[in-house]
Amino acid sequence: MFSLERWQEVFETISKNKLRTFLTGVSVASGIFILVILLGVSVGFQNGIESQFQNDAENIIEIYPGLTSIDYKGFNEGRRIQLKNDDYDLAKKGSETKIEFASPMYQIFAGLISYKNESGSYRVEGVQPDYQFLEKADIIEGRFLNTNDLENKEKYAVIGNRAKKDLFGSQSPIGKYIKISGLNFKVVGVFTDPGGDREETRVYVPISTAQIVFGAGTDIRSMGFTLPKESDYDQALKQSSAFAARIENLLKTKLIIDPRDESALRINNNIENTKEIYLLISAMRLFFWAVGIATLLAGIIGVSNIMLIIVKERTKEIGIRKALGAEPLSIVGMILHESIFVTTVSGLFGLIFGLVLLEVVGPFIELDFIKNPSVNFSIAVSTLILLIAAGAIAGFFPAWRGARIKPIDALRDE
Amino acid sequence: MIEIKDLHKSYKMGKNSLHVLKGINFSVQEGELVSIMGSSGSGKSTLLNILGMLDEADEGSYTLDGVPIKNLNEKLAAQYRNKFLGFIFQSFNLINYKSALDNVALPLYYQGVKRSERMERSMAYLEKVGLADWATHKPNELSGGQKQRVAIARALASDPKVLLADELTGALDSKTSYEIMDLIQQINDEGRTILVVTHEEDIAHMTKRIVNLKDGVIIDDKKVTQVRAIQNV
Repeated sequence: MFSLERWQEVFETISKNKLRTFLTGVSVASGIFILVILLGVSVGFQNGIESQFQNDAENIIEIYPGLTSIDYKGFNEGRRIQLKNDDYDLAKKGSETKIEFASPMYQIFAGLISYKNESGSYRVEGVQPDYQFLEKADIIEGRFLNTNDLENKEKYAVIGNRAKKDLFGSQSPIGKYIKISGLNFKVVGVFTDPGGDREETRVYVPISTAQIVFGAGTDIRSMGFTLPKESDYDQALKQSSAFAARIENLLKTKLIIDPRDESALRINNNIENTKEIYLLISAMRLFFWAVGIATLLAGIIGVSNIMLIIVKERTKEIGIRKALGAEPLSIVGMILHESIFVTTVSGLFGLIFGLVLLEVVGPFIELDFIKNPSVNFSIAVSTLILLIAAGAIAGFFPAWRGARIKPIDALRDE
Repeated sequence: MIEIKDLHKSYKMGKNSLHVLKGINFSVQEGELVSIMGSSGSGKSTLLNILGMLDEADEGSYTLDGVPIKNLNEKLAAQYRNKFLGFIFQSFNLINYKSALDNVALPLYYQGVKRSERMERSMAYLEKVGLADWATHKPNELSGGQKQRVAIARALASDPKVLLADELTGALDSKTSYEIMDLIQQINDEGRTILVVTHEEDIAHMTKRIVNLKDGVIIDDKKVTQVRAIQNV
């Protein structure tokens, strides 16, 4: 297989049968190219759908307090429940390993914020660093709040992209000071949020700072948690519900709320709303797998067909070679060597062309349902290897049959 | 050189069996130039194919240069063909996409001769058949006579014990045929054993011995006075 003489013979055959080589190459290259593009688009679709439907983490569990609706242990109905820092700690306690992200939140809805002559009313939220992931906020400049800011009660703010545009126009706000309720806060970051303008008018500050600045003591308005993602919806729902029920139970006991009271503590388990998305994404994944496999199959059949035709076309040549002393194995080796060489080279071409196209054009595609199409390189390479192997196996049988033809019959072939 | 005893061959044609060779006894000494004659269907091509190990006999023995040829597997047959035999066909059977030189070099490739030596030896044979200037030309750029010369050079390239020629002038005009036969006679003069299958009387008389085949048996086997082809050119 690796003898220099064989390579010379193969190169000679290839260079003197340019059209045949070209046609084989084009069909293999285009097969791989289409597959790569298809895989890329499927990833793009998935990204697009996920970002369309999910402003916040899709598995977030949020807990808001409300008014009690049932008399309980001497307390009248209609009592307003107030959550505090230690309620958050209690909810978290014992589940630290199960939780992915967690944050309490204290907000004021209309905070007056100004920078130089520009001012506006924005929602100011005091949060912990994890909140970035609960909200799916993406930092585009600077950084998000960190644990240090929280512990030192820094007067730092991370502002939404909309707020940044309103207050700063096109200049960078990082390091500048904005006034929130008359106090100076240093801007450390700017974020975007898939929720769009509505969520990008928010301003995040450390919750420890917010509680002091807004005179809230240890009050919090709500708390949010996520659990690590599960690929199976039912599994995710089961774990999430168990987790939510446990917190509800703990808090209701501590805050002396009737277990049957549904309005005193509202638990919003987002995962219950995302069943459709889970289903849609898994259905789409299935669809693209099916299309991908079908494409691959078509590619394999195409390669096998070409191999069959090549062997058929070379029957007479095989006869001549055998009459001149070619052993059957050398015939099989010659045909396979040539075909594997051609499929590998042209397959690589198709692969690289497809990857480059996705890499160059991909980021510019901003349709509603397609976002950042890209393909996993190792998947693409293993597809190529599979195609080459399949081509070799598919080519082996015609080659073997060709080598078994009696030279006298092969020579008669016109 | 060649020793054949009681050779039988039949082909199955549906339910009927066609008995083509019915007991051929035949031997050829080294350096002979023999023609096998017969009308079509006499079995002469079948005999040549068996001699060339392109086909197998049903019965009988065949010895080539002291080696019994029987129960060959494909691999061994290929090695024997390469070592013992050179083929010349009516339709030349050159590989279209290869140059004259590369066609001649092919048997040497299968002998495992290195490329540079292969090319050198092939060139020498092309010179011998008078086509050195045409070495880089493809078969479709050559005339029929030239193609047959390339085929002869190729048959000689592996330095075989026996040349087997099947109607080698069948596709050529008379003048070219005689030129080719002149070449064959020259090669025979150098001591090479050659078997020619033909149905043309004049070609047969340019050999030294004529074997007549009819309905699968030899009806006549005689030495003749060789007519030199060069006189007819």
